[in-house]
Amino acid sequence: MGIRFVLMVNKQGQTRLAQYYEYLTLEERRALEGEIVRKCLARNEQQCSFVEHRNYKIVYRRYASLFFLVGVDDDENELAILEFIHLLVETMDRHFGNVCELDIMFHLEKAHFMLEEMVMNGCIVETSKSNILTPIQLMDKTS
Amino acid sequence: MNPFSSGTRLRDMIRAIRACKTAAEERAVVRKECAAIRAAINENDNDYRHRNLAKLMFIHMLGYPTHFGQMECLKLIASPGFPEKRIGYLGLMLLLDERQEVLMLVTNSLKQDLNHTNQYIVGLALCALGNICSAEMARDLAPEVERLLQFRDPNIRKKAALCSIRIIKKVPDLAENFINPATSLLREKHHGVLITGVQLCTDLCKISTEALEHIRKKCTDGLVRTLKDLANSPYSPEYDIAGITDPFLHIRLLKLLRVLGEGDADASDSMNDILAQVATKTESNKVAGNAILYECVQTIMSIEDNGGLRVLAINILGRFLSNRDNNIRYVALNMLMKAVTADGQAVQRHRATILECVKDSDASIRKRALELVYVLVNETNVKPLVKELIDYLEVSDLDFKGDLTAKICSIVAKFSPEKIWYIDQMLKVLSEAGNFVKDEVWYALIVVISNASELHGYTVRALYRAFQMSAEQEILVRVTVWCIGEYGDMLVNNVGMLDIEDPITVTESDAVDVVEIAIKRHASDLTTKAMALVALLKHSSRFPSCSERIKEIIVQFKGSFVLELQQRAIEFNSIITKHQNIRSTLVERMPVLDEATFIGRRDGSLPGAASTTTAPSVSLPNGVAKPVAPLVDLLDLSADDTPAPSSSGGGDLLQDLLGVDLSPATQQSGAGQASKSGNDVLLDLLSIGSPSIQSSSSTVDILSSNSNNKAPVSSLDDLSSLALSTKTTSNAASMMDLLDGFAPSPPAENNGPVYPSINAFESSSLRLTFNFSKQPENPQTTVIQATFVNLSSNTYTDFVFQAAVPKFLQLHLDPASSNTLPAAGNGSITQNLKINNSQHGKKSLVMRIRIAYKINGKDTLEEGQVNNFPRGL
Repeated sequence: MGIRFVLMVNKQGQTRLAQYYEYLTLEERRALEGEIVRKCLARNEQQCSFVEHRNYKIVYRRYASLFFLVGVDDDENELAILEFIHLLVETMDRHFGNVCELDIMFHLEKAHFMLEEMVMNGCIVETSKSNILTPIQLMDKTS
Repeated sequence: MNPFSSGTRLRDMIRAIRACKTAAEERAVVRKECAAIRAAINENDNDYRHRNLAKLMFIHMLGYPTHFGQMECLKLIASPGFPEKRIGYLGLMLLLDERQEVLMLVTNSLKQDLNHTNQYIVGLALCALGNICSAEMARDLAPEVERLLQFRDPNIRKKAALCSIRIIKKVPDLAENFINPATSLLREKHHGVLITGVQLCTDLCKISTEALEHIRKKCTDGLVRTLKDLANSPYSPEYDIAGITDPFLHIRLLKLLRVLGEGDADASDSMNDILAQVATKTESNKVAGNAILYECVQTIMSIEDNGGLRVLAINILGRFLSNRDNNIRYVALNMLMKAVTADGQAVQRHRATILECVKDSDASIRKRALELVYVLVNETNVKPLVKELIDYLEVSDLDFKGDLTAKICSIVAKFSPEKIWYIDQMLKVLSEAGNFVKDEVWYALIVVISNASELHGYTVRALYRAFQMSAEQEILVRVTVWCIGEYGDMLVNNVGMLDIEDPITVTESDAVDVVEIAIKRHASDLTTKAMALVALLKHSSRFPSCSERIKEIIVQFKGSFVLELQQRAIEFNSIITKHQNIRSTLVERMPVLDEATFIGRRDGSLPGAASTTTAPSVSLPNGVAKPVAPLVDLLDLSADDTPAPSSSGGGDLLQDLLGVDLSPATQQSGAGQASKSGNDVLLDLLSIGSPSIQSSSSTVDILSSNSNNKAPVSSLDDLSSLALSTKTTSNAASMMDLLDGFAPSPPAENNGPVYPSINAFESSSLRLTFNFSKQPENPQTTVIQATFVNLSSNTYTDFVFQAAVPKFLQLHLDPASSNTLPAAGNGSITQNLKINNSQHGKKSLVMRIRIAYKINGKDTLEEGQVNNFPRGL
C-alpha cells in the first residue's frame, strides 16, 4: 500500500478534504493533520516538496490557496506522487472548470468520488481523466 | 414534521460553518446540526437521510465525532437507488473502519451488490470492499472478487484487482487462488487494468514465494515487452504526461521487475536491455521523466549486478545530485542511501556534495543528507567528516542540533582512531550543543576519560578552558565538574602536560570557582548540583587552602529545599568536620571504570534494570542488608533510617567511598555488634577475588547517579567492591578459608560474564556458598557449584541437599561429592546444580532449599530461601 492518506488544506490550515486509507482514531487524525499542516505550511517555495513526519513521508503541492498533501510509505516514488497530485488537480479542473477551494467544499462528495476512482486501498486505479470522470458524469446526467 | 429535521440544506450548513469566526462558534453550529441529524435519525426520516449523511461527512472531515450516523450508512447501502447507495458507500468508507462491529452487518449488502446487474453498483461495492474490508469479510467475499477479475468491463476488473490486494493482505492463505487470474491481467491492454494487475502481482510476490516463482518464470518476458511497448508508444493524449505515456504505469512495471529480478540472475538478465533503454532515453527535464529515472535507478541497484547498468545508474544519481531542483536532490539523496550497500565506493565519490547538502537550508534535505553521511563514515574519512559536521553544528538551526549531535556522537564513538581525538571531539560537541547530548553519551565519555590515565591532566585542563567559554551547556558542566572533582590536582599542578597544550595557570581557588559556579548556577539541575557537591567533598581534602571556603559552600546547602542536596550536604559536612582522619582515604580518586563492562551494560542494560525492581534481590535473608548500618552510623545519620536508601543519596555516597580501606571506617563506627556483623558479611562477600566484580559495580555507580531507583541495589554492589578493597590482615585468614573451595574453578577460565559468588545460606552450624558459571552461548542456563562447609564441631552424616524453584525455572541436580561433611570446616561437600531460566533477563533466580543430615545419628533439618542471586542470571 503506497498512499496512506490524501488531505486538502487551505492556507489557513483548515482541512477541506481528508481521505485515509488506514485506521486512525478521530483524535489521532486531528493531531496528525495539525502537525503536518504546521510543518508544511511553514515551508517556502524553494524548499523541496517532501517532508518526513512520524513514519510518513508527506508529498505536498500548493495550488493557489489550496495545499494538496499526500502521505505515503517510505518506499513510494515521491516524484510520481507529485505527478499524481497534479493529475488529481487536472481531473478536478476538467470537471469543475478551474477548481477552487469552494468547489471542493460545496461538492465534497464529488471530490471524494473522483478520488475514489483514482485511488483505492492506497493504490492508483486509473490515470485517464476521462475514465475517471465517466461514472461521475453519468450520475450527474441521471439526477 | 420535527422542526429540527426540516433543517438546513447542506449548502447552508457549509456556509454557516464558513462564516464562523472562532472555533467556539464553529462548535456551536456543528452541535446544532448534529442534534438535528440525531433527531432525524430517531424519526427514521427517509427523505433527508441522503442529505444528513452528506452533512455528517463534512462534520467528520472537520474532526467531530459522527459515530451516531454509522447505521444510516448501512440503511442507505441497503436502499435500491444508485444515488443513495453511492452516498451510503462513501459514508461507509469515511465514517466506519474495519474495526467496528457494525461492519459485520454490511457483508450481506456487499455480497448482493457484488452480484448486481448494474456494473456501477458492482464498482461501488468493490471500491468499498477494497478500502475497508476486514479479514472475515475477505474470507466471505473472496470468491465474488475472484470472479469479478474476469468481468467483461475493464473498469470492474481493475477495481477487483485492487480489492484482491486487500484480501490477500488480510488473509494471506487466499493468495494462491489469485495467482492465475492476476497473471492473466498482465496481458491486458487497458491501462487501468494493467496498472492494478501489476500492483496485484507485486503484492502477491511479497506474500507468497510460490507466486514469486510462478510470476518470475511465466511473466518476466511479457512484462519486459509491455514496458518496451509503453516506452516506445506513440503520443496518446489520454495518458500523456509531459511527453511520456502513463509514467505511473512505467513506475509500477519497474517496481514489479525489481521484485522479480532481485536474487535471480536470469530474470535480471532478461530485463537489462529495457532498463538500459529507459535509463538512457527518458527525458529528464520534467518531473514525470525524473520519476521514471528514479524508479529505474532503484531497480538497477536492486537486481543482480550488471556492471554497465550500475555505472549508468550512479551517473544518473550524480546528475540528480547536482540538479538545482530541491525535489530532485532529495530523491537523489534518498536513492544514494539505498545504493550504499550495493556500491559504497561510487557513493563515496559524491561525499563532498552530500556534505554540502547537510548544510542546506531545507530541513528535509538536511535530514536525508545527514543520514547518508552517517552511513558513509569509515575509519579513513572520519576525521575530516566529523570536523565538517562539528563546524556546522555551530551554525545549525536549533531544531536540527539534536539530530546532528546524536549522529556526531555516534560516529565519534564508533570510529574514533585514538582516545585523545575522541575526547577532543566530544568536548567540542559538549561546548557547542551540550544540552542536546544524551545521558549514555556522557556516561561513555566519562568511562573513556577514566581509562585514559595519561590524558587525565590534558582532559581536565581542556574542560576547564571549555567551561570558561560555554558554561551554559549543562552536560559540559557535569563532565567538567566530575573531572575537576577527580583530577583537580592535575589541573592545578599542570600534571601530564602534552606538547600540544598551551601552559595554563590555575590556582586551587580557581578550580573551586568552577565547581561553585556550577552549583550556584540557577539553571543547573539536581544531577549537576549533586555532582558538584561530591566534587567539593573531594576537594576539601586535596586543596587545604580552600577547605574553609568549601565547607562554607557545603554548609549553605544544608538548608537546601531539595532533599537530595540537603542530605548530601549534611553527610559531607559531617565527614569534613567529624571524620578528619578518614577523609583523605574516603575521597580518593575513583578506580578506573571498566569499559567492557560499561559497553556490555549499555547494550544489555535491560536485564539489570528489570531485576532491580524485584524486591527479593534487595532484601537479602542472610543479613546482607545489615552491613549498611555501620556505614550509616559513620555518616551520623539516625539509626532508624532505612538501611537501603530510597534516594540515590546513600548509593552515591557509597560510590564515593569506593576504594576506601574499610577497616578504619568500621573502627570509627564503634558500634561493636553492628560492625562485627558487617564485617562478617563483607567477608562473605569476598568469596572470589575476581577484579571484575569491582569494576562492574563501579559502572553501576555512574549509572545510578542519575536514577534513583537503582540506588538500593548499587549500594549493595558498592559494598561488594568495598569488601574487595579491604586488605586488612585480620580478615585474610578467613578469606583464605573461603577461597579454598573455589580454587579449582577460577572464573577467568570461562569467557562469559563473571558473577560474584554468594553465601546462599548460613546458620550457626552450616554454611552454603554458591559459585556461578555460565556458557556465553547459552545465557539462560547457569551452572551453580554449591559448597557446604560444616561450622560445628560434629561430623554430619547422611547429608542430603534438596532445592525447589518456581515454574519459570528448571533445576537439575547432579550427585553430591559426598554425603559426609567433616567437622569444623575440615573439608566440604560440593554439588553441581544446573538452572535454566526461561524468563532470562526478566526475572531473577530464586530457590527454596532444604538440607537434612544426621549428627550422631540424630536427624537435623535446615531450611531457607535464597533470594540473593546476582542479577542477570
